[in-house]
Amino acid sequence: MRYSFLIVFVTFTMICCDAQENGPKIQMPSTLDYTYEVVAESLTIPWGLAFIDQNDLLVTEKSGIMYRITQGEKTAISGLPPVYVRGQGGLLDVALSPDYDTTGQIYFTTSSPIGEGKGGHTALYSAKLEGNTLTDTLRLYKGDYNTKKGQHWGSRIEFDQAGHIYFSIGDRGNREVNPQDITRDGGKIYRLNLDGSIPQDNPFVDDENNRQAIFSYGHRNPQGMAVHPETGAIWVHEHGPRGGDEINIIESGKNYGWPVITYGINYSGTSITDITEKEGMEQPFYYWLPSIAPSGMAFSTSGVYPKWKGDLFVGSLKFNYLERLVIKNNRVVKREKILDSIGRVRNVEEGPDGYLYAGVEGKGIVKIIPKS
Amino acid sequence: MKGLFFVLVLTITTLTSHLYQQKPLKESLSDGKEIYTDFCVQCHLNNGEGVPNAFPPLAKSDYLDNIDKSIHALKYGLSGPITVNGKTYNAVMATQGLDNEEIADVMNYILRSWGNTTDTIVTEEYVNAIAQ
Repeated sequence: MRYSFLIVFVTFTMICCDAQENGPKIQMPSTLDYTYEVVAESLTIPWGLAFIDQNDLLVTEKSGIMYRITQGEKTAISGLPPVYVRGQGGLLDVALSPDYDTTGQIYFTTSSPIGEGKGGHTALYSAKLEGNTLTDTLRLYKGDYNTKKGQHWGSRIEFDQAGHIYFSIGDRGNREVNPQDITRDGGKIYRLNLDGSIPQDNPFVDDENNRQAIFSYGHRNPQGMAVHPETGAIWVHEHGPRGGDEINIIESGKNYGWPVITYGINYSGTSITDITEKEGMEQPFYYWLPSIAPSGMAFSTSGVYPKWKGDLFVGSLKFNYLERLVIKNNRVVKREKILDSIGRVRNVEEGPDGYLYAGVEGKGIVKIIPKS
Repeated sequence: MKGLFFVLVLTITTLTSHLYQQKPLKESLSDGKEIYTDFCVQCHLNNGEGVPNAFPPLAKSDYLDNIDKSIHALKYGLSGPITVNGKTYNAVMATQGLDNEEIADVMNYILRSWGNTTDTIVTEEYVNAIAQ
């Protein structure tokens, strides 16, 4: 009798609730050691942020504007290619080339209507920034096939020390087809040389039917990317469905499993797959359950915040805070809410001055200042 | 002669009304459901319940009492504080890039789902008329 009660109870728990939360539990810091100031105001969806210097920023607005913000003064940059604003798509990330100081070269990603078929796909561009104008704009990569789906464009941009640019494209709302097929775009991390050519040691160059720019696959919608300050590895996080947002450390040619394995379920509550692991597919470094809707990613490497050195920071669109993840022995051991209730945190970057800057929707660019 | 004129008028009327015929509601609802699944569900969730303090509910939402205002939000985006069922939300809903027919379809779907009811049928022309 007692057992049958237990069985009923367990069954009920399984039916009524999503799967178990994944720890460590998010906490508030025991003391608030920081304050913040808004360094660039009146931005709606500040997607991308790049620093020319600490008082001279490039900020992309999803709606299709790139601003140069000097001492807090915004000027719209001219010379952008067409931006396709649809669903989660629009003007996405922006980054300075590692050789910006000598070349003035920048890179950006955008949802693009260029190419055959209705709709759009994510494109990577390079351009030279001259004052407030883009010149020599080059389309280095454009995903296809165009689709009118509004979901999952990615996108973030990063660089390694060996002269490569990495960027992400989400699965474009077609999870059954795109993420596991390396002859199609979407659901991938891509790697190119800085001039847009394909590195000869990319993992899928041996077959011309493959998209040879692909570096890893099986991704859903990666909107955070950062280079680990010590290992130099490319860290990426991605939105899961309901539950199952992931952090992955990207390795050449690896399959990160979407949608064959996931810790998440459909928004409707129905299941996507019965399995969370499979041979030949990578386990995430960490997964969020419940989802926080992660966007933007940065390591704190400076000594500006002594307690935070080496920690990982990720924006939460869903819960309106910046998350601090403490990592020890290759595990997330602590999660903390920074900037609690500030608004949807779209992006986070470490500035050249070592401070952390967050892009907050409806607010602007926020600089986190330690209390002395 | 009078008879011929009558037939002519009737023919023109019928043709015109065919040309401008509205999309049947049933078709609009099923297209609207697809738009909802693609563009809205991530934030407003499967049953229009929204997320407390982040995304307002669409199910039994008093914001929808003003249909024109809701269409305006879909067409041109929305930012800054709004009050829904007595609670304040202060976030950004960017314009989703939907065309006017898609906005009409998803409005019809939202206005008839999760306990919401209405007699209003939103058409593409209705959405055309909502100015910025």
